[in-house]
Amino acid sequence: MTRYLIRRAIGAVIVMWAVATLVFFMLRIVPGDPIGAMLFDAGDAAAVEALRHKLGLDAPIYVQYVKWFWLVFQGDLGNSIYGSNMPVSKAIIEALPRTLSLAGLGFIIALVIAVPAGLIAATRRNTMLDNVVSFWAFLGLSMPEFWFGILLIIVFAAGLKWLPAIGYVPLSDGFWPWVSHLILPAIAVGTTFSAIIARNIRSGMLEVLKTDYIRVARAKGLTTSAVILRHAFPNALIPVITVAGIAFALLMANAVVVENVFSIKGLGRLLINSILNRDYPTVQGAVLVVSAIFVLSNLVVDVLYTMIDPRIRYDK
Amino acid sequence: MPDGVIRAVNDVSFHVERGEVVAIVGESGSGKSVTALAILRLVSEPLGRIIAGAVRLDGQDLLRLDHEAMRRVRGHRIGMVFQEPMTSLNPVLSIGRQLTEAMQTHLGLSPGAAHARAVELLQLVGIAEPERRLKQYPHHLSGGMRQRAMIAMALSCKPELIIADEPTTALDVTIQAQILHLMQDLCRRLDVALIIITHNLGVVARYADRVNVMYAGRIVERGSASDLYRAPSHPYTIGLLNSVPRLDRPRDIPMEPIPGSPPDPLALPSGCAFRPRCKLAMSHCAEAAPPLRSVATAHESACFELHRLQAMVPA
Repeated sequence: MTRYLIRRAIGAVIVMWAVATLVFFMLRIVPGDPIGAMLFDAGDAAAVEALRHKLGLDAPIYVQYVKWFWLVFQGDLGNSIYGSNMPVSKAIIEALPRTLSLAGLGFIIALVIAVPAGLIAATRRNTMLDNVVSFWAFLGLSMPEFWFGILLIIVFAAGLKWLPAIGYVPLSDGFWPWVSHLILPAIAVGTTFSAIIARNIRSGMLEVLKTDYIRVARAKGLTTSAVILRHAFPNALIPVITVAGIAFALLMANAVVVENVFSIKGLGRLLINSILNRDYPTVQGAVLVVSAIFVLSNLVVDVLYTMIDPRIRYDK
Repeated sequence: MPDGVIRAVNDVSFHVERGEVVAIVGESGSGKSVTALAILRLVSEPLGRIIAGAVRLDGQDLLRLDHEAMRRVRGHRIGMVFQEPMTSLNPVLSIGRQLTEAMQTHLGLSPGAAHARAVELLQLVGIAEPERRLKQYPHHLSGGMRQRAMIAMALSCKPELIIADEPTTALDVTIQAQILHLMQDLCRRLDVALIIITHNLGVVARYADRVNVMYAGRIVERGSASDLYRAPSHPYTIGLLNSVPRLDRPRDIPMEPIPGSPPDPLALPSGCAFRPRCKLAMSHCAEAAPPLRSVATAHESACFELHRLQAMVPA
């Protein structure tokens, strides 16, 4: 297992390097540059040239690339070239907990809904309850998350005034202020995810409930809950985890959009603003962090397999 | 699935005593497995239903029990061994977990006590290094070993009856004999009634005390295993015996398979269901299903043309 993890870590570094390189060059291919975004084409040629030199953008691209990577390997993501020249790492450290809180809470809410819903739908197949779950899952898949977020604001914040509509309060200011600001966006973020998971649990369970070993478990006279939870569910979970790993990407992507609806200054906001401003170092740094999150979540999925299915073992 | 009511099993009635081995024999689709599942009430509703009848275990009608009481019978008073040892064990649970759970559920054993008994059970069914095996998962075990583990599970709660549905069909021939011998021996020693469901007449001859031959959901002949071999009294039984290669017969007597295939249960022939494939069939065979009638002591057959049977019996 240790050898496997080391191999995976090396792979992760390569993936992140590839992503960073791709983003580095794509940013420079995209029309417009930081100068244009800052000066709105108002500056004269001399001023533009001075700024280009100051930002190091007059150097050949491969020199910029090598320079950036040299700094990254030393743990320095550079400074924002916009406004306050804030270090990129500082901007990310500020934004990351917000996005992780949002995605994490969305993930938990999604699972709390999806697992029982999927189990109920599978065990009460073709009943009213199953139809309710299927309808809700269909709705969850079809609704754009930003629209659902706006709907939640209208109903629970503006209408009922139960929860705040926008903003973010760090956990250090207390649990309730933190969670109350996150509930609505987390629901918006998690809905699609939970719909996908619920449907997959349902179909996975239906598949497993047909197997011989479930019939054996019934013939042993186990209680229904032991048959469902101990014998069927772990087996149904194996394909679900694969899907969940992929759908986690969707959860993060949703978080980026939903942050904007709820005015949460998270990683998504940072990324979108810095792309609009052609803030090269910030975009590069933020994408690097996002790719790290993805690589890590994939690794978690692969390790989870071994915990659930004893047949899956990496290098013995 | 086409619509319609399939009478998978019709008018089937038999009994088993403790320490006795009874076989149910028939082709695929003759209703053997449904009979077994019906005893345990595992034919899933609303797809399958027992319309009429009784399943008596020690005088108690299992069909009258509520779901909870029936659950306590399954695995406790009736153990079951299934056909496919490769797929009958849960791949994500250890052998120990799967072997002890019924004992903890039905006998209320503590995990420690259940584990100790699991070790004994594995030794009983001839699995070496039981402690190590209990920690392993099904994919570590061979087919024969898995079936031994299944037998240990069926025995774990000291049942009165074990139903084995084609217990050896999926196994190598050399392993088949070991497993059958083990089951017969254990049931005799532990005074458990054993129902073996099989299509294999060789199994019947060696291990069963009494035999029920099923065709299209009905019992067409029953008697002791030796009676059935010495004096088969139904055209179908004779057909079955003639279609098995036998070493004890001269090589120049050809095997004689039964022509045709088992009937579609949605469209059973009128009268005797075996009629279209039967050499002795007469017009009156189409009028009513023949009832089981005694041909000798404890030997019954359901055929109208018994008196002409002699012509079919192989030399």
